[in-house]
Formats: sequence, C-alpha cells, structure tokens
Amino acid sequence: MKTIDVDRSLCDNHGQCAIAAPDVFRMNADGELEYEATFDDGLLDEVEEAIDVCPVQAIFLKD
Amino acid sequence: MGGLRAAEQLRAAGWEEEIVVVGDEIHPPYNRPPLSKDLLAAPGSREEALAAVQLRQRRTATDIQWRLGSAVVAADLAARTLTLGTREELAYDGLVIATGLRPRRVPVPGPTAGRHVIRRLEDTMALHGELKPKTRVVVIGAGFIGCEAAATAAGLGCQVTLIEGTGGPMERPLGHELSAGIRTFLQAHGIDCVAGKRVTEFLDVSGTHTEGAGRCAGVRLEDGTEVAADVVIEAVGSLPNVEWLAGNGLDLSDGVLCNEHLQVLGAEPVVAVGDVARYPDRRAGGPARRVEHWATPADTAKIAAPALVAALQGDVVPEPAVPLPSFWSDIFKTRIQGVGSPALADTIEVLEGDPSRPWEGTAVAYYRDGRLIGAVTAALPADRQLHYRKLVNESGIPAGANLAAV
Repeated sequence: MKTIDVDRSLCDNHGQCAIAAPDVFRMNADGELEYEATFDDGLLDEVEEAIDVCPVQAIFLKD
Repeated sequence: MGGLRAAEQLRAAGWEEEIVVVGDEIHPPYNRPPLSKDLLAAPGSREEALAAVQLRQRRTATDIQWRLGSAVVAADLAARTLTLGTREELAYDGLVIATGLRPRRVPVPGPTAGRHVIRRLEDTMALHGELKPKTRVVVIGAGFIGCEAAATAAGLGCQVTLIEGTGGPMERPLGHELSAGIRTFLQAHGIDCVAGKRVTEFLDVSGTHTEGAGRCAGVRLEDGTEVAADVVIEAVGSLPNVEWLAGNGLDLSDGVLCNEHLQVLGAEPVVAVGDVARYPDRRAGGPARRVEHWATPADTAKIAAPALVAALQGDVVPEPAVPLPSFWSDIFKTRIQGVGSPALADTIEVLEGDPSRPWEGTAVAYYRDGRLIGAVTAALPADRQLHYRKLVNESGIPAGANLAAV
C-alpha cells in the first residue's frame, strides 16, 4: 500500500486527478475533491499520472 | 515542461542510457499558467515566485543531465549534431524537439518601452511591478492570456482596456456565443472591451523622449481612436521556436510537422513534444495542427517517447494513444473548462444554462460533421465537466480517420 496527501491550500478542484486515477480521486457533486489516502501498489502508475496532471501540483506521494 | 515530460517518459519507456535536456531559460522547468493569474497578482520575490511554480520531477526520472541557460541555435539532423549559442556542438543518437513557443508581438510601428508580453517568469515579475491601482493598462488580444491578464490587472485596481482585435474574448477556442458572454462578464468588472478594431500604431509621448528611446503612451486603432496607457500588454498569440531547425528539409511552416507518433517527417530518429509539434488530430479530423494547451507536453511525451525509444532500439513502434485535449481558464474566480477541440466545430448546442451569462453556470457541446468533438463548461463544478468529458471521449475516433500525416 502507498500513501498520498493532497495540499488542500493548493488544490483548486480542476478534476484532472479524477480523470487520471478514478479509483483514487473523485469530484463530488459540490465539485470538490474526495480521495483515498492509501491505495494499492497496483495503482501507482495511475497515481503518478494524477500527480503529473494536477495543474497546481497539489498531490504528494508520501513514503 | 516539454523537456521534463519527455525525459520522464523516455525513462518510463525503458531508455536507460544518457538523457541530456538542453533549455535556453536559466530556470529549471516551471509551470506557466500562474504567470497571467496568481503570480501576476502577487509574485513575492523572484525566489518565492520560482518556488511557487517550479515543477517537481518524477522520482523515476533518474540520471537526467540539465543544460540550462543554453540555447540551441542550429541543428544538422543528418550528422545528428546540435550547435549551442556558445558554439559548442552536441552529438546525439536520438532527438526530442520541445522548444515550445515565444510570444508574437504586434507588428506595428512605435516605441517599445512600456510594452509587455507574458511568457516567462521574468515577464510576470516586470509586469507586476508596473500594475498599481489606477494604472491605465491596454491589453491587446483577447485570448486566454489576454483575458486573464486583463482580469488580473483589473483585480489590482488598474483601469483596463481590452483591444479584442479580430474576434471576441476567447472566441477562437470557445465560439461566438460564449465569447459574447465572456465580454459581458469582463465589462461587468469594469474592463472596457473594444471590439473589431485592430491596433495600427503605438503612441509615444511627443516631445518627452530622447531620440531612439521613448516609452509607449498608448495605442492608435484603425479608426483613428487613441487609447492612452501607462502599460501595454501584448497577448496576440505565439510563434513556435523552430528557426534553429532551418536547413534540414523539414516542414516548419507551423511548428514541426509530425505523424501520429510525433515522429518528425523527414528526419530520424527525431520526435517532437509540446506546443511546437504539429500532428494529426485523429479525433476531430482535419489537417495536422498544433495544440497549445497545458496538457499537451504530457500528452505528446507519452506518445513521442515510446516511438523514439522503439526507433533507437529497433523495436516496433507501439500504437499511439489519441490524446483528448483539455484546457481551462480562470477569470475573476470563475473557471472555464474545455475538452476536445471546440475550435473545430461547425455547430454548437447549449446543454445547461445560458452562454450569454456564463458566470451563472453554463455548458455547451460542439459538433463537427454531426459528431460531438468538444464541450465547454463555465462556472460549473468539475464533476459536470468530467461528465461531458466522458461523452466526448465516447464519441471516439471516427471510422476512416485519416491516419496519414497530412
């Protein structure tokens, strides 16, 4: 399992992460990000993609 | 960013040998969207500004050599060498062209001092220093950057006039209906939008400048109207940086012409990444074109890098992905998000709200030859945009899409 953290002060709810890694990130009906802080190693590629496509670099891989 | 994403994707594609990224800017790769928005409004010091936008690199992108502040001025693609501004020559086995864009200038006579463009960190730092309350700002060009700069300046208390030129605010990417709504929105925030008149001359303050110098004091328009300015921002589009490739028999008429693998036509093993690459749009159809969106470097790197590695290793080039372009613009805390290629549409359909009042929330669908090719939302939560994105994605690549380069 791996862990991510989203800096909410940077997050601007673009939703690109939810496109790249829908198993980990989603936008709720208020247009705000909800995410799983821990995820299966098998999703690492998608999560790294999400980290790249965030326009404000708000997602951090921790470990 | 193109160079960074290319390097990361080369490693991801299995390239284990030397990677050298050569860039003319002195800074390591950084993010540009804030340059017309938050960073223009409040950059802090130069160090703080760079720290705010510097791009993090994938931890898997190891052993990358960075040659910063090194402009490439010429290339001999047959000999596989590059020449730097210092006359140093670099030899290569494989080449990624990711030299991006530079701002176009308004090609009319007049003084140059006091005129700004927004492309590099230095541009934003210099411009910010001049935007004070009541400063008279003329913005020439009403695309994303022009509108964002106008909005940021207005937010700082400047008196802003936006000279639209040909087409309305954001009209080329968003179409006429939304453009009219954006104009209303800008005007409601005190921006004077001048439609349908081009700038014919930059004015100087007569009698107060020494010969050859002189600060721009405004603009004259084609109908003779004069608009005074303390600061002028030119936001009239971009030119691809391809001059260094001249003399190699490439099609450089608009960026570097490539096939759907981003392989440069007429040279190998060479690929192009980012805004400089001109390649077929297999979703929307039509001729090869450049896509000037933030996501383009990442999208193109994912196609170009495997193609280059395959060519260098003698493998079969993998079937290329077909990117789904996406873009956004933020003005006065209102977000516009787009997906696909709305600029190529021949018809639109309003899905939600009223495009003439975009700040209240609206969604518009774009069609070409009866097929959904794009969608734009304004002032709607991101989950609405993701919903429309899914529809555009599912309308897919058409049967019979022309897979040739031109």
